Amino acid sequence: MSWDLLASTLRVSTPLIFAALGGMFSERSGVINIALEGLMLLGAFAAAVGTLVTHSPWLGSAFGMAAGVLLAAVYALFVIRLRANQIVAGTAINMLAMGLTPFICKILYDVTGSTPSIPLHERFHSVPLYLCWALVAACVLWMRYTPTGLWVSFAGEHPEALDAAGIRVNRVRWMAVLVSGALAGMGGASLSIFLSSSFSRDMTAGRGFMALAALIFGKWKPLPTALACLLFGFADAVQIRLQGVAVWGGHPIPVEFIQILPYLVTILVLAGFVGRSHPPKASGTVFEKG
Amino acid sequence: MRVLNRLSILVVVLGISLQSALAEVKVGLVLDLGGKDDKSFNASAYEGATAARKKLGIYLKYVEPSDDNAFEPLLRAFAQKDFDLIIGIGFAQKEAIAKVAAQFPQKHFVVVDSQVDAPNVRSLMFQEHEGGFIVGAIAAMTSQTGKIGYIGGMDVPLIRRFETGYEAGAKKINPQITVIANYVGVTPSAWNNPPRGKELALAQYDAGADVIFAAAGASGFGVFDAAEERKKLAIGVDSNEDWVKPGQILTSMLKRVDLAVFSAIQDAQNGKFTAGLKRFGLADKGVDYSIDQYNEKLLPESVRQRADALKADIIAGKIVVPDYYKK
Repeated sequence: MSWDLLASTLRVSTPLIFAALGGMFSERSGVINIALEGLMLLGAFAAAVGTLVTHSPWLGSAFGMAAGVLLAAVYALFVIRLRANQIVAGTAINMLAMGLTPFICKILYDVTGSTPSIPLHERFHSVPLYLCWALVAACVLWMRYTPTGLWVSFAGEHPEALDAAGIRVNRVRWMAVLVSGALAGMGGASLSIFLSSSFSRDMTAGRGFMALAALIFGKWKPLPTALACLLFGFADAVQIRLQGVAVWGGHPIPVEFIQILPYLVTILVLAGFVGRSHPPKASGTVFEKG
Repeated sequence: MRVLNRLSILVVVLGISLQSALAEVKVGLVLDLGGKDDKSFNASAYEGATAARKKLGIYLKYVEPSDDNAFEPLLRAFAQKDFDLIIGIGFAQKEAIAKVAAQFPQKHFVVVDSQVDAPNVRSLMFQEHEGGFIVGAIAAMTSQTGKIGYIGGMDVPLIRRFETGYEAGAKKINPQITVIANYVGVTPSAWNNPPRGKELALAQYDAGADVIFAAAGASGFGVFDAAEERKKLAIGVDSNEDWVKPGQILTSMLKRVDLAVFSAIQDAQNGKFTAGLKRFGLADKGVDYSIDQYNEKLLPESVRQRADALKADIIAGKIVVPDYYKK
């Protein structure tokens, strides 16, 4: 029971960790990233196509990350260059990904639902699971000890100070959003070529928003965010095992209840019940050189 | 001269009437959210309609809605154009069909998996519990561990109906058998979540199940992936899915939506379309289990004979399969 549960928790939380870390870069730099869901979805699709074409999950994930970067560039163009509202533009990106994936899939494979299935030996078996934790460590170090990490934080907290130091704020934000696209794309890739064997329509099923919730729960810091993903993954794994099992005097726990747990926790955190969670100060604002 | 004239008029009139008789029937098909390539329920409906296009020469247009709210406008769009027969796949289209059919009384409609009482609607329903019973019995005969699994897609009465039949069939063979049942979710996204289907299946295999019946649309692919990884068995649903992962899929519970859709189109073409409820069960092979070159090695003769005997008993009324709809 316990080993299965642990393995399941780690598997389920892998795509969340990639996406949440991606979201962290963007949001710490001051750009709200509600588009994680769409970035993941396109990443999942491109990774499946890439793996089918190249027969290598590594190249496949490169495809997924590249697709995430591309879509993130569109998002950055709108919110940084053209100063569109970040929530609206993010929602538009999500809808674009939902429509684009079946459309391209139809052109490539004459199928709208899902890509052909990827053979067992061409999929990842455990790599993304380790990779995401290595990435957590890298992010902790990066944000804390490198100048670029500090630039990202300053772009989100005190853009004026960063600007005064001679660093171009919007360039930092651009890079952060692109990195965010790459990581969310990798999160999507881990869904389609690690946790399943093909892309299927809307397969992210809200995981991008779950990652966003974990990011808020984790107070926009890499390690707590990853732990929040782990907690959500654990709730999911427990839910899978508790479904229909009678506990508490013969009454099964309603599945719906366990499924809302991550969101419930996020609301509680946002409301300040579990320690305050402050977003970066300049989050969601346009930086204009004064 | 006058005779010739009349003759020519006759020819023209005959020609026109012949042409109108030969005018192709236009069929509009509104699939369910899984889409035509779910290799399961929708694939079966699509197959029936394309077979009708090839064999009967009808004109077919199909659409794959992206969400529940799209059903009604799509059905109405077909009705407003010159489509003669409009087919809605899936219980989720019940309300939409009822509404649109009432607005277009001169058009024919077909709804699959639910019942709409209207003078221009034919409802096609299947005895899923009977089919579930047979594959449940096959699962119990095959299981070494005395534990089998069931993974449903969205938690709705239709999918519960598969489950009750499956469990009853398994208990008929082995009263002590444990059936672990899980559902992918409670929203339509549950049909399209293979990673979650796989997690559920892995949990069931870890808990000792060695055969899992997946009635979960595209989420079922995840169950098949889990079967492949753990080298265990799975059972497909609706379409024959034995070919998807040969050697891993014990059998498929066939639900012949294709045949039901084909015959509705054929009736429309022959002017014999009738409204009302049509049920398809084991007796008319509307539900069945699959056996082909991909799974014949997994199903020994003794298992097939026993399954066929149970089928005969159900058809003869000697076994009454519990029906979730009548609970």
